[in-house]
Amino acid sequence: MAVPILATLAMSFTDFGLRNVTRPFDANFIGFENYVKLFNDDKFLTSLFNTAYFVVVGVPLTVFLGLVVAVLLNNGIDRARTFFRVGFYAPVVTTIVAVAVVWRFVLDPSDGLVAALFSEVGLTAPDFLGSETLAMPSMIAMAVWRNLGTVMVLFIAGLQAIPTEVREAARLDGAGLWQEFRRITVPLLRPTLLYAAVITTIGYLNVFEEPFVMTQGGPSDSTLTVSLNMYREGFNFFHMGYASAMAYVLFVVIMGITVLQLRLLKDNTK
Amino acid sequence: MSATSTPGAVATAPSQRPGTPEPDRPAGRRTRPSKKRILVYALLALGLLIMSAPFLWMVLSAFKTPGELTASPPVWIPTEWTLDNFRDLLDKLDLPLYFMNSVIVAVLVTMSNLVFCSMLGYALAKLNFVGRNKIFVLVLGALMVPGNLMLLPLFVLMSRMRLIDSYAGLVLPFAAGAFGVFLMRQFMQSIPDELLEAARMDGAGEWYIFWRIVMPLVKPALATLSIFTLLGSWNNFVWPLIATNDPDKYTLPVALATFATDPNKAGGSNGMLMAGSFLIVLPVLVVFIALQRHFTQGIATAGMK
Repeated sequence: MAVPILATLAMSFTDFGLRNVTRPFDANFIGFENYVKLFNDDKFLTSLFNTAYFVVVGVPLTVFLGLVVAVLLNNGIDRARTFFRVGFYAPVVTTIVAVAVVWRFVLDPSDGLVAALFSEVGLTAPDFLGSETLAMPSMIAMAVWRNLGTVMVLFIAGLQAIPTEVREAARLDGAGLWQEFRRITVPLLRPTLLYAAVITTIGYLNVFEEPFVMTQGGPSDSTLTVSLNMYREGFNFFHMGYASAMAYVLFVVIMGITVLQLRLLKDNTK
Repeated sequence: MSATSTPGAVATAPSQRPGTPEPDRPAGRRTRPSKKRILVYALLALGLLIMSAPFLWMVLSAFKTPGELTASPPVWIPTEWTLDNFRDLLDKLDLPLYFMNSVIVAVLVTMSNLVFCSMLGYALAKLNFVGRNKIFVLVLGALMVPGNLMLLPLFVLMSRMRLIDSYAGLVLPFAAGAFGVFLMRQFMQSIPDELLEAARMDGAGEWYIFWRIVMPLVKPALATLSIFTLLGSWNNFVWPLIATNDPDKYTLPVALATFATDPNKAGGSNGMLMAGSFLIVLPVLVVFIALQRHFTQGIATAGMK
């Protein structure tokens, strides 16, 4: 584990290029040049912004909807739970690439499912993936759809760990459904909530397949994410030193979030 | 990502896990008006419809004729079910080859994970040696390191080893995942030490104990590990994309993505692409539905994405 972390770090301080794939130790040490260049690189800054957009909007949506479905499944019904759970979880197991190809077609402005729905009510569907403003929200919608199941399963496990006595006591004291959710469920689920938020955040920070398949980062880089940018720099243009610096910036962000989570959890268990 | 944040210990018996509707609900439930219950069912049904809509659209489109794919007003259910999309796709893409590649890689990755993760997990759970805890911390750390961080040095390493465009290059980086080691270690910790001591007294060697006593006891964990590893490998995209240049070594996702994003638009119609997605997603969904309890248990117990 330490080796690739250090190797990537080392590469990020060099001008590692295609010729160095065969002669790695010929790469020149250039200090922080790559990092300086990164933060003056509009493309990288755009990709950083896009990734942040994806995370900041996508994570709360995923976690909230996952929680809602989990609560409905666990406390709202008593039949067909397995059926619903399997249904909501199914997108998680499917191949992202295949699903992204499907979503691209679902959102197709002339022949897609959404276009068909729009035309049923007499409207024309916008070109979701071809629009700078709509492409990213579309991608977020797909991510929420695909990852909601993971969060739901975590919450169901968390909900089942809440003793029924607690709920019954609350109900005897006259708590309504909303009060029960607000005062019992959410506080007791806090560790799960944090955990779900963090794994979703980490997953979303690495988002790659969706823009790769659906938009190739376009239109005009509006869906270019850090991972996609890194892939292109590293494996299409073979600016591998530079790409390593990108990978490292992302890594530091992810580590920061993980450490923050561990700290929050510790406070929580006190 | 670590032991502290995992909801529920891995070692808990899977049978206690969520899922089965409990026959007798708490008494309070009965007093709730059934209107609310109906509303909840309606909401969930609507949610499920939205969740399954892309799959339904994929299946329906895969069997539509070109005319119905682009018809306006839209055709929801094909009036004439056709296999043409599949036939055309097979003409353009050597799907059996990619299918075989995906299967070979997934099976090799899974087998090696079963063996190596169990061995490491056993050593970390049951053997005393210097630095054991440090190794375990490393495993936990590896769980947190995003895979993307390793791509660049890994590519250089694999190129130097001349493993680009080889099965070994696709399998080796995933041969023993940190998640598997963590899962097996947690599970094996619940095996009583007395059992192993008794076997040692009777003169059994570590090798015998591991294969004959420990492994049969951790079958549920092995099942969970196999499912997740198979699935992870089948769905894996970034590394196979990087580690293959020769189309003959593409796995299914790489072949489909390359085909679907071909800038020369030599790629197929939407019908062909839906047929391709259908063929990739179908085995996964079938396996998932057949073994769904293992999936949700694995997620809930190990908190893995």
